[in-house]
Amino acid sequence: MSKEPVAVVGIGQTKHVAARHDVSIAGLVREAAQRALKDAELGWADIDAVVIGKAPDFFEGLMMPELYLADALGAVGKPMLRVHTAGSVGGSTALVAANLVAARVHGTVLTLAFEKQSESNAMWGLSLPIPFQQPLLAGAGGFFAPHVRAYMRRTGAPDTVGSLVAYKDRRNALLNPYAHLHERDITLEKVQASPMLWDPIRYSETCPSSDGACAMVLTGRAGAARSPHPPAWVHGGAMRSEPTLFAGKDFVSPQAGKDCAADVYRQAGIADPRREIDAVEMYVPFSWYEPMWLENLGFAAEGEGWKLTESGVTELGGDLPVNPSGGVLSTNPIGASGMIRFAEAALQVRGRAGEHQVEGARRALGHAYGGGSQFFSMWLVGSEPPSR
Amino acid sequence: MGPARDVAVVAFAQSDHRRRTDELSEVEMLMPVLHEVLDRTGLKTSDIGFTCSGSSDYLAGRAFSFTMALDGVGAWPPIAESHVEMDGAWALYEAWVKILTGEADTALVYSYGKSSPGEVRDVLTRQLDPYYLAPLWPDSVALAALQAQALIDAGDTDEPALAAIAARSRDSAAANPHAQVRGSRPQGDYLVRPLRTGDCPPVGDGAAAVILAAGDAARGLCERPAWIRGMDHRIEAHGLGVRDLTDSPSARLAAERAGAFELPHGLKGTGGAPTVDTAELHAPFSSQEVVLRKALRLDGTVRVNPSGGALAANPVMAAGLIRIGEAAAAIHRGESDRALAHATSGPCLQQNLVAVLEGEPS
Repeated sequence: MSKEPVAVVGIGQTKHVAARHDVSIAGLVREAAQRALKDAELGWADIDAVVIGKAPDFFEGLMMPELYLADALGAVGKPMLRVHTAGSVGGSTALVAANLVAARVHGTVLTLAFEKQSESNAMWGLSLPIPFQQPLLAGAGGFFAPHVRAYMRRTGAPDTVGSLVAYKDRRNALLNPYAHLHERDITLEKVQASPMLWDPIRYSETCPSSDGACAMVLTGRAGAARSPHPPAWVHGGAMRSEPTLFAGKDFVSPQAGKDCAADVYRQAGIADPRREIDAVEMYVPFSWYEPMWLENLGFAAEGEGWKLTESGVTELGGDLPVNPSGGVLSTNPIGASGMIRFAEAALQVRGRAGEHQVEGARRALGHAYGGGSQFFSMWLVGSEPPSR
Repeated sequence: MGPARDVAVVAFAQSDHRRRTDELSEVEMLMPVLHEVLDRTGLKTSDIGFTCSGSSDYLAGRAFSFTMALDGVGAWPPIAESHVEMDGAWALYEAWVKILTGEADTALVYSYGKSSPGEVRDVLTRQLDPYYLAPLWPDSVALAALQAQALIDAGDTDEPALAAIAARSRDSAAANPHAQVRGSRPQGDYLVRPLRTGDCPPVGDGAAAVILAAGDAARGLCERPAWIRGMDHRIEAHGLGVRDLTDSPSARLAAERAGAFELPHGLKGTGGAPTVDTAELHAPFSSQEVVLRKALRLDGTVRVNPSGGALAANPVMAAGLIRIGEAAAAIHRGESDRALAHATSGPCLQQNLVAVLEGEPS
């Protein structure tokens, strides 16, 4: 059966910072939503439904915030759905919104994800003790560092690769006015000299804690025809999940990530992602996840991802730019980080990414993951409507 | 224009809802329900096209609590899966939309909540506006009492009428082996005036699961599928001061968009007759049934909450999904031909979902 093609016609972000003391949570999300509406040249009345996502409620200390945010997002009298799939939530939220359009349940949908980390403490939110369950140790870094070490051991990657990614992403962030970290004096030596936090992950190879929100307006063919700016078209989207812990789990390259990417490429008719995709916004909260995900997403053969990174292919001027926006390493409002990846991919194919625009980007991948590398969501967007 | 695909509820299972389940983790509480719903259809996890769940970290007292439940589902090989931090009724909505896109033909939907580890009246205050309202800790019973008093002041009900709703619900629940509070019982003392203990839901733990299927797949899995003829949900303003607490425009609009006020599928009626024979309402407080009956135009001919409703068992995050499950099960059993199922979220019926389910003429 035929689905309605889905177009991204509006994108809005806040300037991400460590603490937005000047706005409430409602003020923060409204800012992003209004920017997305402005981009689409639409008003609140044009929106049929709102789909909102964020990471755990404990990060702000607010239970089911969609209830309180209904007014701020113009949702009164409309359907409002709240998605929560851990770190992948920003991507999943966009996909749930896209499905509303694809199924022709609604014509135009506002989707938004946010995190206002300054309202509480994410480390605390992740550390509530529960009997008989493993704690997440020293935050997310403590959980992921052993898997990075396993990747290095498995592939023989030199220990300099992580710092290359961090140096690249932080330089890319300087070209993105919405990015949180703008380290104008960044050098590779500074990254390499930064303190070791969770061996082998250094301070400058980790993501910041950000306040921020990201919003998109999604619509169908008719809505796209009225769009004042070129839309981005969704060519494929998928979610995959696998268990947190079990004997057969490959933490370095989880099967759910491979399956999710394969499903997206199948939908989009992509046979060779390395050649056919022009830009990638991948979820890299710790620098080493760039080479790891390059392999998991099929851009490099197993064990070869670090070579792509090392050779400069993933630089903004390379032939497979990864995280031209600066990525999660430069901006991390956790619940919004996945949606920012999806939105930045859309900006690239719309030709509206400003100074961090990848020349001639026609197809871009947005990628998000969460939990213990167990939840994945991805979409592939293109400058042309899907042909099938 | 109706939905592009026929989708039905083909199986429903729920736990026995209990005041405490200290001996069980959430996953242990959920597992038998998941097994039961799969057994009813003969499906395995790997046969399911899409999985979606609803739960709340605030009940569990930890972040990412749903991940443990997913481990229980057995997501290997990896599955297409999502989660809403809402009542499972909204997880069912997400799954329904997914099936409508054609990307899945079957879906497993589950939700669960344990209220016993905390004080749910206090926990729910954390849903409120965090700057102006939540710091005052107005609890869910107090807010419902405001609504009940507004109804009494408006002449829409009185305390004896509320007591009758409570009594009828628990009498109906006598036939429901899963219900927590069953059979006749005293209306009790005031908890927060004008609400007495009997006007308020029991606090309890529980889980529920539903399987959805499209078209011929549904017919193969269930003798009399409960077809979803329409489903919609709407939210209202958060601030109680800007809402008319005696009415529920969001429930009315959701019902209208779900087709609840239209004549049954393929039938030509005389108009004015009730279009459903059964309604499962998620009304945790007796006073909320008054609001919903008015908004949903349910007259005396409609059987309301034959399961006993949320006044007989109210596992938070699952109680709405249970309404859809109970309505569907009534159709499966041939006890209903067209049923309305309703779920709510937020203080004083802030958010409402309505589904219209129909069985083919037998």
